[in-house]
Amino acid sequence: MNKRLSWFNVTSLSLGFAFLYLPMLILIFYSFNASKLVTVWAGFSTKWYVALMHDQPFLDAAWVTLKIAVSSSTLATVLGTMAAITLVRMGRFPGRTLFSGMIYAPLVMPDVITGLSLLLLFIAIGLDRGIFTIMLAHTTFSMCYVSVVVSSRLLTFDRSLEEASMDLGASAFTTFRLVTLPIILPAVVSGWLLAFTLSLDDLVIASFTTGPSSTTLPIKIFSAVRLGVSPEINALSTLMITVVAVGVVSASLISKRAIIKQRREEQEGERV
Amino acid sequence: MAQVKPQIVFDPWNDPKAKPLIQCRSITKRFGDFTAIDTIDLNIYEKEFFALLGPSGCGKTTLMRMLAGFETPTEGKITIDGQDVAQVPPNKRAVNMMFQSYALFPHLSVWENIAFGLKREHAPKERIEERVAEMLRLTRLEKFARRKPHQISGGQRQRVALARSLAKAPKLLLLDEPLGALDKKLRQDTQFELMDIQERTGTTFVIVTHDQEEAMTVASRVAVMNAGEIMQIATPADIYEQPNSVYVADFIGDVNIIEGNASPVSGGPEGAISIAYGEGQDPVQAIATSPVTEGAKVFYAIRPEKITVSHQPDPDRANHAFGKIIDIAYLGNISTYRVQLANGQLISATMTNARRLERRAFTWEDEVWLSWTRTAGVVLTK
Amino acid sequence: MNLRRLLLISVPYLWLTALFLVPFLIVVKISLSTTAIAIPPYTPTLDLAQGWAGFKDFLSQLSFDNFTFLTQDDLYWKAYLSSLQIAALSTLFTLIVAYPIAYGMARAPDEWRPTLLMLIILPFWTSFLIRVYAWMGILSDEGLLNQFLLWLGVISSPLHIMNTSKAVYIGIVYTYLPFMILPIYAALDKMDDSLNEAAVDLGASRLSAFWLVTLPMSRPGVIAGCFLVFIPALGEYVIPQLLGGSKTLMIGKVLWDEFFSNRDWPVASAVAVVLLVILIVPIVLFQRNQQKQQEAES
Repeated sequence: MNKRLSWFNVTSLSLGFAFLYLPMLILIFYSFNASKLVTVWAGFSTKWYVALMHDQPFLDAAWVTLKIAVSSSTLATVLGTMAAITLVRMGRFPGRTLFSGMIYAPLVMPDVITGLSLLLLFIAIGLDRGIFTIMLAHTTFSMCYVSVVVSSRLLTFDRSLEEASMDLGASAFTTFRLVTLPIILPAVVSGWLLAFTLSLDDLVIASFTTGPSSTTLPIKIFSAVRLGVSPEINALSTLMITVVAVGVVSASLISKRAIIKQRREEQEGERV
Repeated sequence: MAQVKPQIVFDPWNDPKAKPLIQCRSITKRFGDFTAIDTIDLNIYEKEFFALLGPSGCGKTTLMRMLAGFETPTEGKITIDGQDVAQVPPNKRAVNMMFQSYALFPHLSVWENIAFGLKREHAPKERIEERVAEMLRLTRLEKFARRKPHQISGGQRQRVALARSLAKAPKLLLLDEPLGALDKKLRQDTQFELMDIQERTGTTFVIVTHDQEEAMTVASRVAVMNAGEIMQIATPADIYEQPNSVYVADFIGDVNIIEGNASPVSGGPEGAISIAYGEGQDPVQAIATSPVTEGAKVFYAIRPEKITVSHQPDPDRANHAFGKIIDIAYLGNISTYRVQLANGQLISATMTNARRLERRAFTWEDEVWLSWTRTAGVVLTK
Repeated sequence: MNLRRLLLISVPYLWLTALFLVPFLIVVKISLSTTAIAIPPYTPTLDLAQGWAGFKDFLSQLSFDNFTFLTQDDLYWKAYLSSLQIAALSTLFTLIVAYPIAYGMARAPDEWRPTLLMLIILPFWTSFLIRVYAWMGILSDEGLLNQFLLWLGVISSPLHIMNTSKAVYIGIVYTYLPFMILPIYAALDKMDDSLNEAAVDLGASRLSAFWLVTLPMSRPGVIAGCFLVFIPALGEYVIPQLLGGSKTLMIGKVLWDEFFSNRDWPVASAVAVVLLVILIVPIVLFQRNQQKQQEAES
């Protein structure tokens, strides 16, 4: 298309990105506000960060959230990858339609329903609610996201690579371990990251499936902000936004450099 | 043809005592309603360079994949070295394949790609090192051992794929359109390299290709396939000179097909017939290899280079036809003349351009004589 | 080989059956039960020990009373209608905001695009809760937006946005914007530049070329984006809870309150079942759209 942007395009892009980023920038700005009143600027201060570091319930909730996120995303990655292989590679088997339905349905299921149904299950089988039940719940919905990410990679996978491996004497399992897995690994890793973020972020399902003793960070934040804006939450939000921004920006820089490197090597390869 | 002249004639297919390495007995492969391979019988002998030639969709790739073990025949039996391979999975067959896409593992170096098969049979480390080094030497890739597939050129990738599939010293190497991804110049060089490597390693090669020139260049025998059937299996020279059907004659190279009615000629050489093909045209004098009945419909196939163009009919040749040049295709070393006869039939004739262009004898609209000998063409019934 | 295949299929299969299908069936079952002051707070409970007779007894006690109740109390159908309205309108607003951005991205120079794309995706990775929360300080009566507008002199008294459905619209547009931009951008990005040039070459003005060529070409992306916003917005809980105040009715909030505040599990379950039935229509339409697109591409 046109290499030069029209005024209309420049305006719509600037307004669009302002809309996306201004609220977060304002949040970050006011986290350094000395005043407790969020809307009145009273000078620069980092006291809310200090307060946050000494707020034991928040730190506990963060630790619980992290434990749940790491364990559920890891389990979801294993299960989701298995499900993806089942969907893409196993052909027809009895109950395949039900299976693919169960993979795609949780993606569009409202959180309130997922949470409600899991809670009713845990009550029905008499399972004590807490970190473990949240972990089970998170694993269940995030494995579906993982399986969508991994299966879209598997669909574009060149099957002749696997055939070549079999042809050279590798068994089906060795082929998966030495050929398929290393090649789809980037998709598996993004699946893990997605599952991890979803778990970190989830409020509704965790609220349903948690017990009295375990509070996750989103639950903690939610109950705090229901009462209104608080500078401590601003400080916490700033920290979380910073971590994500650094992560996403560096990941995209790394992948950009990798692509440039690969292109250059390909060009050199053609020349020799 | 570019066949290397062997000291002793290599033709195990003519030796009734020779045991074929691969035997296909009445192989049929169906995918649902579609018949990809229709009752094929095929023998391939050790050290042969065998080509499966045909247009895309003719079943040649399916046949090759059945030899590799990626497809199982719906009916029929395949034996390799006397052993029925129906129950042998691809990873247990002494058969290796070079894939059309090369299928090089992108995350492994050239060295690791070549060593992949050897590691699977748990060969000792020194043996692997030695064998990979040998393969790298054979394919002139020593300098690139540490590179990843994306860091080398297309021609080098092709050689890595070849080295990888040869590393386990298979009894049979299958090559699926091995030169398809290379440009024309590189393809010609690589054809000779392939033949050289095949001869040096003594491996039986089966190549799948849709490029008739490639099949003719490299193969000891060619099987021409069409719609799941084998039309003819013969040496390249026989395929070209003695096609058994209009399909094969037309598929390989350029050919003129003259359709007419045959009648035996008495007193001439054995099998002599004449073919009437048009009002006012002298019948074609030809030799039929199998007896034809009076008035039977036949196809006379003659290659353009077997016909000479001249201002006067050539008295030494048995066949003459008069017509007008309507088109000349100048290709540098040769020119092809398209001549229309009085009955409308078009005949192509190729002449070598021994003289410079400005002194060329014929031009558009010239009326010329076409002449050819009695044995120049073949008589086909289908 | 076959054992491995069985294991591979059955592990995720059983997991999803136990933790997705069975819980859902429990919801359906409880929605057909009657509220009771007991633990669990509903009857009947299925007693498998009594075998077939117990099962028949159980079936005979199930009733559609909860569903009838939903139609009688106007809280529920008002909540469904208002959810549908809020979801549909905010989808439309999101489309209006998203299209120019996606269009601008598709027209941007090639070397900018990965960065622009990253900037669109980045908010998606940050906490949803925080992104909703960010608007609380902006939209309140003494919030930044009102301060700014008062300072400009555009208004003389603060606007009431917070705790109204307006705030919910803003919240939904803001949080779901990437879901709308990405499919539209993908559709516009795939479009061949020469199509527009051909239209202009054949005498169309740039505006009519956009109207006759670009817009129809981006239709699959627009449709996909609309569903991607509409479907989750319909069951939204956090946004109406934080920004909508007590007057904004949305069904996700009703379900939550019914369960946690009223402890009426059967009614909460019935609310969930009806919400799912409503959701089936857009989900099926979305699936069709995706399938059609895939077929068109292959």
